Amino acid sequence: MKEFLGFVKKEFLHIFRDPRTLVVLFGLPVAQILIFGFVIRNEIQDVRIAILDKSKDPVSVEITARLLASGFFRLEKQLSSVSEIENIFKAGRVREVVIFEDHFAEKLQRENNADLQILADASDPNSARMIVSYTQGIVAVYLKELNRNFQMPVMIEPRVRMMYNTDLKSAFMFVPGTMALVLTLVSAMMTCLTIVREKETGTMEALLVSPLRPAQIIAGKVTPYILLSCINAIVIILLGYFIFRLPIRGSLLLLFAETILFITLALSLGIMISTMSKSQLVAMFISAFALLLPTLLLSGFIFPVENMPEILQWLCAIMPPKYFITIIRSVMLKGTGILEVWKETLVLVAMLTTFITISAIRFKVRLQ
Amino acid sequence: MRTIRYIIQKEFRQIFRNKTMLPMIFVLPFIQLIILVNAATMDMKNINMILVDKDLSTLSRRLGDKFSQSPFFTLLKSGFSTEEAEEKMFRNTTDMILVIPDGFEQQLYREGKADLQVQVDAINGMTAGLINAYTTQVINTFTYELVSTSGGNALINHHPKNITMEYSFWYNSELKFKYYMVPGILAILLTIIGMFLASLNLVREKEMGTIEQINVTPIRKYQFIIGKLVPFWIIALFELAFGLTLGKLLFNIPIEGSLLLLFAYAALYLVAVLGMGLLISTLSQTQQQAQFLNFFVLVTFVMMSGIFTPAESMPHWAQNLNYVNPMAYFMRVIRMILLKGSGFRDILGDFVAIFIMAIAMTSLATWRYRKIA
Repeated sequence: MKEFLGFVKKEFLHIFRDPRTLVVLFGLPVAQILIFGFVIRNEIQDVRIAILDKSKDPVSVEITARLLASGFFRLEKQLSSVSEIENIFKAGRVREVVIFEDHFAEKLQRENNADLQILADASDPNSARMIVSYTQGIVAVYLKELNRNFQMPVMIEPRVRMMYNTDLKSAFMFVPGTMALVLTLVSAMMTCLTIVREKETGTMEALLVSPLRPAQIIAGKVTPYILLSCINAIVIILLGYFIFRLPIRGSLLLLFAETILFITLALSLGIMISTMSKSQLVAMFISAFALLLPTLLLSGFIFPVENMPEILQWLCAIMPPKYFITIIRSVMLKGTGILEVWKETLVLVAMLTTFITISAIRFKVRLQ
Repeated sequence: MRTIRYIIQKEFRQIFRNKTMLPMIFVLPFIQLIILVNAATMDMKNINMILVDKDLSTLSRRLGDKFSQSPFFTLLKSGFSTEEAEEKMFRNTTDMILVIPDGFEQQLYREGKADLQVQVDAINGMTAGLINAYTTQVINTFTYELVSTSGGNALINHHPKNITMEYSFWYNSELKFKYYMVPGILAILLTIIGMFLASLNLVREKEMGTIEQINVTPIRKYQFIIGKLVPFWIIALFELAFGLTLGKLLFNIPIEGSLLLLFAYAALYLVAVLGMGLLISTLSQTQQQAQFLNFFVLVTFVMMSGIFTPAESMPHWAQNLNYVNPMAYFMRVIRMILLKGSGFRDILGDFVAIFIMAIAMTSLATWRYRKIA
């Protein structure tokens, strides 16, 4: 036991001696949360548009003014001919061109119908779709006011309730996701790298001939990162709570237990990768592609798993972060208990056992 | 010049000797393009819903049918109990609950107005917004059909004013999200390869101690940096060509603009990225440190570059930060050239910016690199 404690102390010294790693270790979660919280936004705001107004009458001027007053759009340029459109799109700043036909107000008055053309730069299809529907919405409101004394004979009004997240805050998505991301990075990647580093620099041999047993060596390597990961998890939850007003509706104890489970899982994954790689470079590439990208993209962090092709859904099913994110969302934001998330928990436990077994088999006590 | 050539030769030998690196370089783009492009989709395919029909009238049944016929909704179950449905939402088995209240049909016919209750699981705000939009759409079509079939001639007699809104989506008329993602993924690929290889390589020499051997040779600082840069620069450009071919074959992405222009820009961009990688490596002592810095810089840059969400909708301070984010420039330029066919004049400003960054990064890296242990 004394040897073991000494070993853990050595590992801690390794980490604390290096301020750069420490800064990144604790700066990473904070920066990620802030980036995701403030930068990743999907709403439309200040989109640059161009107007091609062929009639310049009160109606077209009024609609233009309404578009610009909405806060969604900003006028970049008034165009004078159709030939300019192609160039202005190619220059890249303008996302939408609105074209009013000749004699717009007159036609609206006399024929009760006037044509409005909306051209959107759909090289970013999602924004294009939103920009067009916002524009249509603004024109529709104008029309409704114009036809004030006309009413639809029947009307069905859906009363929509956004459950668990009334304001549709995006923080509800990314705080659990960032937690999974940071824990994976810190736990899995860092352990994996420290172990491989000992191999690469040859100091692993020194450790293997010491009175420490292999299991103790691994446990000693892992202990500091468990502590660091726990601190990180707490920091993230606190940031979510205080900065983004994220509720914690479920049991804190369960939340913490699940987090510890995931940290252990990530560590065992890191150990498994370390038994498979000879150099840090290889370990790094494996972790980048087996850990980072799946956590970002195959876990439902940013893109919902249900919308993916079926094969990818199967792939997602073997990604630990997917289950962790589901658990955290349910427990933290919905307030579910273990009864509702036992399946996910069981999957995590099963994965943990598999990883540990594989690493135990593959861990080499002897030198080649 | 000869010195630089020898360093380059040495670097290439080291890269090709490593059995794991070569497959990585080829397999990576495959995996990234196939998996990521398919995973990154915002198209809603399947909204699970539960219908609670308390009215049980002809009209409520017709409305229910409208939802189950819609390709977006999957009707899991219809029942009478709102509590039971809410319990299901609590357990994450349904995304949406539609409650048709008792007396819906009667009220609609008598007063011309009736309410429906819709509950959406809004943990994911983005999908909740989409679900809401699709629901409103179905209900609106239903109302419209109701009006036009049940002698709602008021519409025709009254002559309301109308503005016909025609819209067209340029450059991607079918709104394929893949066309948007492939260039983005290619940009990430290029950056990862460039930055990781460059930063880890130099640190590795430090960690192994071989850097000291180079330090005692007459090789000049700039020669060493150039010698380290060129091989990765070539590999990364090759990677771009490979990735583009894959993108064309697998996803048939449009290539509207000049490939020459794209490669010219990528070449310049890579100098900036590689310079940054080298800078990171001069700042770190171990590969672990370098790697952590890499991830930190990379994830921040990627997220801010506008790969998933438009850079224009970011707050102003983030947009200002993007002036020094090389990735934001490349992300924009690769999409402009590939999807819209923008020419040199359209991206002149981006060229100047990336040129300045390339010079700044490489000079910083050269300056920070010390020939002492």
